[in-house]
Amino acid sequence: MESALTLNHFLIVSGLLFAIGLAGVLVRRNIIVIFMCLELMLSAANLTLVAFSRHNVHEGQPSYEGHVLLFFIITVAAAEVAVGLAIIVALYRSRETTDVGKLNTMKN
Amino acid sequence: MTFLFFIFAALTLIGGIGVVVNRNPVTSAFSMIVSFLGLAALFIQLNAYLVGVLQVLVYAGAIMVLFLFIIMLLDIPKAENKRFPVFTLGASVVVVVSFVTLVITVITKSGVGTAKLPAIEAQKGPGQSDVHQIGELLFSTYWFPVQIVAVLLLVSTVGVVVLSKRELK
Repeated sequence: MESALTLNHFLIVSGLLFAIGLAGVLVRRNIIVIFMCLELMLSAANLTLVAFSRHNVHEGQPSYEGHVLLFFIITVAAAEVAVGLAIIVALYRSRETTDVGKLNTMKN
Repeated sequence: MTFLFFIFAALTLIGGIGVVVNRNPVTSAFSMIVSFLGLAALFIQLNAYLVGVLQVLVYAGAIMVLFLFIIMLLDIPKAENKRFPVFTLGASVVVVVSFVTLVITVITKSGVGTAKLPAIEAQKGPGQSDVHQIGELLFSTYWFPVQIVAVLLLVSTVGVVVLSKRELK
C-alpha cells in the first residue's frame, strides 16, 4: 500500500515542532517548562529519524537501524530527565526558586 | 489516510504551542502529553509500531508522570506574573522565524522528500514484524550499545539518589 504522504510532510511537522520547542526554551522563565521544551525538541528530532527510516525502504521493509537508534535515544532521554529533575529539585532546595532569571550566581 | 496525518500533525503542534503559552506548569505538562500522543500516532502512521508504543509508554507515561510529580512536589507559584521582556521576546521571534525559514528553504531546495513514501510489503509470517526485527538487531549487531545503555541507566539511578540526598557528607 503506497502512502499518499511524502517525506516532506513529516519533515515540516518535525521542523515546526522543533521551532516551537526552541521558542519555549528562549521565552519561558520557569526552568521546568524549559526542560519540557527541550524534550519537545528531542521528540521532533525523533520524528525526523523515523521519517527517514520509513523513506529508506529496502526490499519492501523500512530500515530498522533508525528504529534501533530511536530506542537508544528514548532510553538516554529517560535517564537525562531523571538526572535533570533531580538537579532542579536540589536547586529548588537551596534557592527556593525555579525562575531562571534569579539563578544568576555565576553572572559577573 | 492523509486526513489522519493532518489531524495528528495538528494535535502535535497545538500541544507543543500549549506547552509554550500556558502560564501554569501543570497545564503545560498536560499539553505536552497531548503533543506526545499525536507524535505517537505519527510514528504509527510511519509503520513504526514499536516506536509508537514506546513513545506512549515511556514519554507520555513515565517521563511526563515524573514531570508532573516534580511540579506538584515543588509547589511552584501559579504563574510567571511578569510579562515577557520585549527584548527577549523580539530576539526569540527572530531566532525562531529564521530557523523555520532555514528548514523550509532546505526542504524545498533539496528536493529529497518530494516523492511519495515507498510501499511496504505486507508481513509474510511470524518473524517479520518490526518488534522481531528490532529485537534481532538490538541483540546481535548492537549488543555493545545495549550494554553501555544499561550502565548509563545504572549510573543515572545512582546519580539521582546522590543528588536527592539532603546532605552530602
